[in-house]
Amino acid sequence: MPVIAPVDLESFVVSTAFIGDVALFAAGDGTVYFQGGAETASPVHKDGLLCAALTQDGKALVTGGGDGKICRVTADGAVEQLTERPRKWIDMIATGPQDAVAFASGRTAWVRLKNGEEKEFVHQRAVGGLAFAPKGMRLATARYDGVTLWWVNAQGDPQELFWKGAHSGVCYSPDGKYIVTTMQENALHGWRLSDNQDMRMSGYPNKIKSISWSAKTKYLASSGASAAILWPFTGKNGPMGQQPLQLGARADTAVSVVCCHPKEDMLAIGYKDGMVLAVRFSDGAEVLLRRPGQGAISALSWDKAGLRLAFGTEEGAAGVITIND
Amino acid sequence: MSEAADTRIPVTVLTGYLGAGKTTLLNRILTENHGTRYAVIVNEFGEIGIDNDLLVESDEEVFEMNNGCICCTVRGDLIRTVENLMKRKGSFDAIIVETTGIADPAPVAQTFFMDEDVQAAAQLDAVVAVVDARHVLDRLKDTDEAEDQIAFADVILLNKTDLVNEEQLAKVERRVRKINPYAKLHKTERCSVELTDVLNRGSFDLDRILELEPEFLKDSHHHAHDHECGPDCDHEHHHHDHECGPDCDHDHHQHHHHHHNEEDTHSVRSISLRAGELNAQTFLRWIGDVTQIEGPKILRLKGILAFKDDPQRYVVQGVHMIIEGNHQRDWKEDEARESRLVFIGRDLDEKALEESFLSCKA
Repeated sequence: MPVIAPVDLESFVVSTAFIGDVALFAAGDGTVYFQGGAETASPVHKDGLLCAALTQDGKALVTGGGDGKICRVTADGAVEQLTERPRKWIDMIATGPQDAVAFASGRTAWVRLKNGEEKEFVHQRAVGGLAFAPKGMRLATARYDGVTLWWVNAQGDPQELFWKGAHSGVCYSPDGKYIVTTMQENALHGWRLSDNQDMRMSGYPNKIKSISWSAKTKYLASSGASAAILWPFTGKNGPMGQQPLQLGARADTAVSVVCCHPKEDMLAIGYKDGMVLAVRFSDGAEVLLRRPGQGAISALSWDKAGLRLAFGTEEGAAGVITIND
Repeated sequence: MSEAADTRIPVTVLTGYLGAGKTTLLNRILTENHGTRYAVIVNEFGEIGIDNDLLVESDEEVFEMNNGCICCTVRGDLIRTVENLMKRKGSFDAIIVETTGIADPAPVAQTFFMDEDVQAAAQLDAVVAVVDARHVLDRLKDTDEAEDQIAFADVILLNKTDLVNEEQLAKVERRVRKINPYAKLHKTERCSVELTDVLNRGSFDLDRILELEPEFLKDSHHHAHDHECGPDCDHEHHHHDHECGPDCDHDHHQHHHHHHNEEDTHSVRSISLRAGELNAQTFLRWIGDVTQIEGPKILRLKGILAFKDDPQRYVVQGVHMIIEGNHQRDWKEDEARESRLVFIGRDLDEKALEESFLSCKA
């Protein structure tokens, strides 16, 4: 049985991350909690913390809150305010190359560059999600009826990807070839960027709240069912015409968070009853990492080596699971 | 969802035209209702300040669903805001949504039935319409929204009564009642109303569908409820909620169809259908068809049905094409096993509805 080191907090865990050996837990009460470092907690947002993302260099967590602030938190507990939008709820954040940070509220997305310069991207409808391309300073914003791809530093019209409906979460594949969104309907939608080919991934009983790419862009894992659904992206046509893997199926609950291992062909699955499993792609072999209880799993993240998994629940249970192999 | 009902956060939706007094009501709730902590969702920070710790501005964003249904719309901004609020679970007890004056209440209500995450976290308690007694007749002439807001409401505050004379007030009330005879109506100055008349109504709760008589009939039978209640008023308001048995001496039924006979100048009105015992399968197929086909025209529906050989009352409630139904409780021995169904809708064909409803009789 893996070893769990619990972390003491009492609020919805919005996001988890590792900075080196220190695990960070960004909580809805506005505080970032630490495990394995000198600090145990840093208050960051006065009116609740709504979103957080690890910087691409892995050295800081950037957070957005109900107080309109965007902050940068490091493993030593230091908090630096990057910028703010008074009276707005900053509920979306993404991190890009060269310390760029994108954030959004309502119909507007902004990118803050390393030198402090800020760019504004206005949409006709609310922004549903943000993601930076893995290469080049390019921002994808999910919106009603599709995705807009903005060049952050260049003038010129953005590229529009159209698919009817409300798109919320958005991500690029790690190889930069695909864009995938979660939708208000129980479906994912994808585009192959070389030719804008649509890819519809549907058949889910629930709304999809969590997606995660496996190492080397082999699979896209997703919640939205009683099992983790993994679409293969190894072929030329992505997942089209292929059956997804279904891993870690449970009879009486549903998957809430998926998090692929950084190196191996396996993933951690968090469930609405609080259970966490690790499951191998090749044969579906399961290892129990955490027993059910204390609320739905709301956040999962691996450390860089893939030896430890940070988890948090909606009811404020949290901890670090060390995998013994 | 009934097992989760206790832990879900109640949501009150305030509708009404600009200037009707929504913000006044909101501030009354926030300042008077000590002990309950509210999260307040407003469309924009208005000129009148709202004094509350947890105040969220949210741009009304209507999402159409990709299911081919033209009235299946939800408020995307509400989905997102409720989701964000749940990250602060424990810091508030209830949610109030203040809509813009021109908002269609249906997408707001439907959000609480159509989005699984919102439905798991929150429960729509009531739609409260604040109506400006002085201006509403003009608004009804110009727009559909004013009519929709009244038709959709569970509670109506006929406000600013001090700015009209008795005759005008009576005219306005008749008009409002014609659109929606089922809502609880309170005549107010500066939204002065007992907060228990506005909050914790359970208007969408199937367990709390008690009876389907037009509200004004019930009022007139108990006592003169039309005067304004001051702080010293000792009305036992809650008596209105009792269930009528056959030995109840209300004589509702004599008045029941009156409103249909009056001159009809507007398109939204209520239709009340009545029958004895129904064939369950025929009825469920029929109500499914009706809501599918007539859904865009149906603003609200509620029903208490008696199915043949079924010891339990079956209750339904719906918004456009969304319909929820369930067994509620056993019929009492002294209760007449009667089926009642009321629609509030726009351009509904009463005769066709009545005929097809009656064909569901057991």
